[in-house]
Amino acid sequence: MSLSIESAPSTTHQPRGIVEQPERGTTRSPLPLAWISLATIVALLALWSLASSYGLVSALFLPSPLAVYKALQSLAVTGFVDATLAQHVGASLLRIFGALAVAILLGVPGGIAIGTSRLGKGILDPIVEFLRPLPPLAYLPLVIIWLGIGEASKIAVIALAMLPPIILSTATGVKSTSSDHINAARAFGASRLQVLRHVILPSALPSVLTGTRIALGAGWSTLVAAELVAATRGLGFMIQSAAQFLVTDVVIAGIVVIAAVAFVFEITARLLERWLVPWATRR
Amino acid sequence: MSVLSLEKVTLRYAASDSRAAPVLASIDLKIARDEFVVVIGRSGSGKTSLLNLAAGFVAASSGQVCVDGRPVAGPGADRAVVFQDDALYPWLTALDNVAFPLHLRGVARPERLERARSLLNRVGLPDAADRHVWELSGGMRQRVGIARALASDPKFLLMDEPLGALDALTRSRMQGFLLDVWQKSGVGALLITHSIEEALLLATRIIVLAPNPGRIASEIATTFGRDLLTGVSLAEIRSPPAFRRLHDELTALIHAEDEGIAA
Repeated sequence: MSLSIESAPSTTHQPRGIVEQPERGTTRSPLPLAWISLATIVALLALWSLASSYGLVSALFLPSPLAVYKALQSLAVTGFVDATLAQHVGASLLRIFGALAVAILLGVPGGIAIGTSRLGKGILDPIVEFLRPLPPLAYLPLVIIWLGIGEASKIAVIALAMLPPIILSTATGVKSTSSDHINAARAFGASRLQVLRHVILPSALPSVLTGTRIALGAGWSTLVAAELVAATRGLGFMIQSAAQFLVTDVVIAGIVVIAAVAFVFEITARLLERWLVPWATRR
Repeated sequence: MSVLSLEKVTLRYAASDSRAAPVLASIDLKIARDEFVVVIGRSGSGKTSLLNLAAGFVAASSGQVCVDGRPVAGPGADRAVVFQDDALYPWLTALDNVAFPLHLRGVARPERLERARSLLNRVGLPDAADRHVWELSGGMRQRVGIARALASDPKFLLMDEPLGALDALTRSRMQGFLLDVWQKSGVGALLITHSIEEALLLATRIIVLAPNPGRIASEIATTFGRDLLTGVSLAEIRSPPAFRRLHDELTALIHAEDEGIAA
């Protein structure tokens, strides 16, 4: 009996379909989605320019795109309320990533406890379910009473907002570990700890990363609120103080920067997922 | 010679309710290391439960599972398992999957990779080492799964329909492969299958399970697998009346149980 090797899934046979239809002279390829989105953005910017240049809306309420661009430039160079844009962004990022570190350090073990043990689930479930629906603004004052107006209270509030998504997705990932995967390891003599380390953790990783991405979103929206109170730097603080002086172009510039940073987060998180858990989308 | 034995094993899933019909009742089964035992039976006859008991994934409600006379409490490296859905770890390469049992045992990385490489050679996949699981075909995955099972140096190889998800052509090639692995590695094999022909081709002994409660209805010794190993072609093995008679007999045995249920 010869033991020849199975050939790998081959790609030599192109699936028949739209691709192979004979091309006609008039065939139009569909407009790429990115182009449609780009056109939308351009159209909105144009409307915005028109509205402000024809004075439809007072510059106090809606400064022109050019004014916002200039505000961005001056923010980057000279800054606003004693700090440059980079310093504001830096202060905010420090809080976000400080909080993320805390949330991951607490949330991942918490999620594992919920996913693997009855006791853990019994203890943590009510806490998570209590925390999850609360708007961070509701407990911000309490956290300030407890931790003061320094960095600790800001990081704590953001971390609290990040915790539920991280705990819950970790627990989901742990629970969805294939029982065959666990049994295979047990049959090879793995201890409970080895099963956790070598099977459950890697198998929950895609879900943990999804949770982290959701947590970043939640944290980012809590950040602005946290910086409204007794901050001296940060994007939320910058917007808030600009609003108090009706410097609307800085307000809008701040919003644009927040959106841009969030967009970069999202892209980075997706790249990280593709790099760390390439199997998650392939199986 | 090592022996895996199930002694008067009964399994109830509702452990508290002793009136609940057992999934398996009073199973007595011995598998020696030179045997290839194939368990066949219709769905619901407890085939997979039998394998789970032998592997130690579930505990017997009464009776015991022993290796060489010593009762086993749970899964162990002496009984490796091959799953229908290969159960390879997608976050590891083929090579690291095969090396995984050695990793658990604390074998140093260079040594375990070397041993894994030689196992991949043995299952005919020398070039698959660095490929990811999702890049392999179904048949290749099962070969990796079998290499991984062999890495723990088991006395017994327990296989739950390992070829069930493969296309007919790959399946018949893999049957020859399984026989070859079994013969060369000197493990006792327990294989669960739905296919009567597969049972006839691979087994040294066929166990027919009957449902409600799951019990051994019949045991039949066969030798067609040995012919396949010596290079006799599939067609030649299938054609003699003895093969077809046994095929009919097994079909009737499994079918009889169906009618028993209907009555």
